[in-house]
Amino acid sequence: MRFVLKTNYGQDINHFLHNGQRFWYGLLIAALLLAPFFVDRFYVGELTYLLIWVIAGTGLMLLIGYTGLVSMGHAAFMAIGAYAHAVLFKLGFPFGISLLMAGLVSGFLGAVIGIAALRMTGIYLAVATISFAFIIEKIVGEWTSVTGGHRGFVVPEPVMFGIDFGSDMSFYYLCLGVVIVAVMLVLNLLRSPMGRAMIAVRDSEISAQAMGVNLVETKTLAFTLSAFFTGLAGALYSHKIGMLFPENFTIFMSIKLLILVVVGGIGSMHGIVFGAIFISILPQVIAIVRDFLPTVIAQRRGLEPLVFGSILLLFLIYEPLGLYGRWVKIRAYFTQFPLYRRATFKRQKSYLRTERVH
Amino acid sequence: MDSISLATFIQLLVTGISHGCLYGLVALGFVLIYKATEMVNFAQGDIMMLGAFIAFTLASGLGFAYIPVVILTILFMAAFGIALESAVIRPMIGEPPFAVLMLTIGLGFVLRAVAGMIWGHDEKEFDTPYSIDPLLIGEVSLDYEQLVVVGVTILLCLGLWTFLRFTKFGVAIQAASQNQLAAAYVGIPVRRVVAITWALATAIAGVAALLVAPLQLIYPGIGFVVGIKAFVAAIVGGFGSLAGALIGGICIGLVEQFVGYMFEGAYGETSVYVLLLLMLFIRPQGLIATLQRKKV
Repeated sequence: MRFVLKTNYGQDINHFLHNGQRFWYGLLIAALLLAPFFVDRFYVGELTYLLIWVIAGTGLMLLIGYTGLVSMGHAAFMAIGAYAHAVLFKLGFPFGISLLMAGLVSGFLGAVIGIAALRMTGIYLAVATISFAFIIEKIVGEWTSVTGGHRGFVVPEPVMFGIDFGSDMSFYYLCLGVVIVAVMLVLNLLRSPMGRAMIAVRDSEISAQAMGVNLVETKTLAFTLSAFFTGLAGALYSHKIGMLFPENFTIFMSIKLLILVVVGGIGSMHGIVFGAIFISILPQVIAIVRDFLPTVIAQRRGLEPLVFGSILLLFLIYEPLGLYGRWVKIRAYFTQFPLYRRATFKRQKSYLRTERVH
Repeated sequence: MDSISLATFIQLLVTGISHGCLYGLVALGFVLIYKATEMVNFAQGDIMMLGAFIAFTLASGLGFAYIPVVILTILFMAAFGIALESAVIRPMIGEPPFAVLMLTIGLGFVLRAVAGMIWGHDEKEFDTPYSIDPLLIGEVSLDYEQLVVVGVTILLCLGLWTFLRFTKFGVAIQAASQNQLAAAYVGIPVRRVVAITWALATAIAGVAALLVAPLQLIYPGIGFVVGIKAFVAAIVGGFGSLAGALIGGICIGLVEQFVGYMFEGAYGETSVYVLLLLMLFIRPQGLIATLQRKKV
């Protein structure tokens, strides 16, 4: 365990606690930059998907993990981002502009939902966002003159400044760039007064309000930013899948995003990456395991939702802090080696005391 | 939209009310669990779907008569509720509400996938002794199935209200819902109260299943669709009020039928979600407000 002697207040908000962290994160970025030269083209594509999930996860984590607002319809924002980008890009807007516009359109709709969310608590919000997602899915399906409806919408090849981003490798770097910008933005936001306000709202809305946090501003901004990042992810996703259908953005995708956040670890930036890796790898694992299962089970539809659902259940019951929480425990075990006590992370027993006023 | 004949109007009205009662019934399950444990059971619709498949298996697979099917289904669902509570819900007591919410969403996914694996994804039919020729009054034809739904729902609602209001156990449920520790101190067996509440809610889902099965075809996705609408019903009615759930359900059912008729079936379902968002903008506390400010 490393103890950092803090000698000025600035150290409290530094991104890196000590040089060791600078080294390891530098190494990670170097590895990501060099990865396309060393791995197979197929895996570059898979890594790109991973990066897109990270961007979407950043958006959702800001909302669920840091502001405590649950959205179960984030696939809608991915759909909005994807369609807005594809349509604008096809109309001849430059790539960068249409990418940004897609984020902004999605962010604007997020703000609208966010304003509705001001008066809602967890459950209401979850249902409202689900409803929103259903409405968007319906609109995308019916508005055939713009979106192509269920016949699909062909996304043009990405070209920016005359550079073709259509190849796996250049598109990978584009996504990596967006990931780094998004993660840095959120990290900086979280150490700003606004980010602290979001965390305060998550922990207790009324206490935050009493301390002078502007709830309207905080919640709306959280929703807007969340939708913005998810919209960006959707725009990039549209190029990756090449052909857009309303069926790409169903409730299952929203649930997948939720699983990303929960399994990764609520309220941690590392959790986003863990969660994104998890949901990218799981379908492959299921495909491999399917070969070993008796055909009666393997050929039935619904194996994937079953596994996803069960894993969500198991994590919520046994490891509410997700993979990141597990990692923290393992690290604590080794840093304190023979002295680790199992009770360190024991959950406290609690009873329901309603917050309702009767 | 051109003018609508009286017969069609009444037809839509009755269909809307009967569907609405169904949503209200499922919403009753939500509200009951919410009142007792302040947990939100998003899987209520999928539990109903399970009940429908159980009833289907008992009736066409094992060849039971209708009355035993009803009794066995309700008993099975109650037992399922108790098992579910002890296996999945009890470890979650004290966790933040959205964790429970997500847990039940995951549960719904699992139930749907399991049902799909066992019973397949094709639609199944379920007949009852009252699935006979519809009742004709002038030009209006009324299905007995729809009338039974309305009747049973009203009876069940009255029964539940009486139970919660006047019986010792009903009051114990209310006490446990306000403060579990204090309830335990005054001698209320909180665990048993919570378990029985879940059994009650799943049994209600079983009743809803028995009513929905003859009305619609049974398939694994049915619970999710009905569940979301029931949820909308509960919110429109104001979460935490039994009468509100029913009224909300009927509102939803009527809006769905009439909008569906106006646009020739295309936007009926979507209108429900639009209604919800409008409701949340205009009157977020629901028609019958029971929740006010929360304490810190």
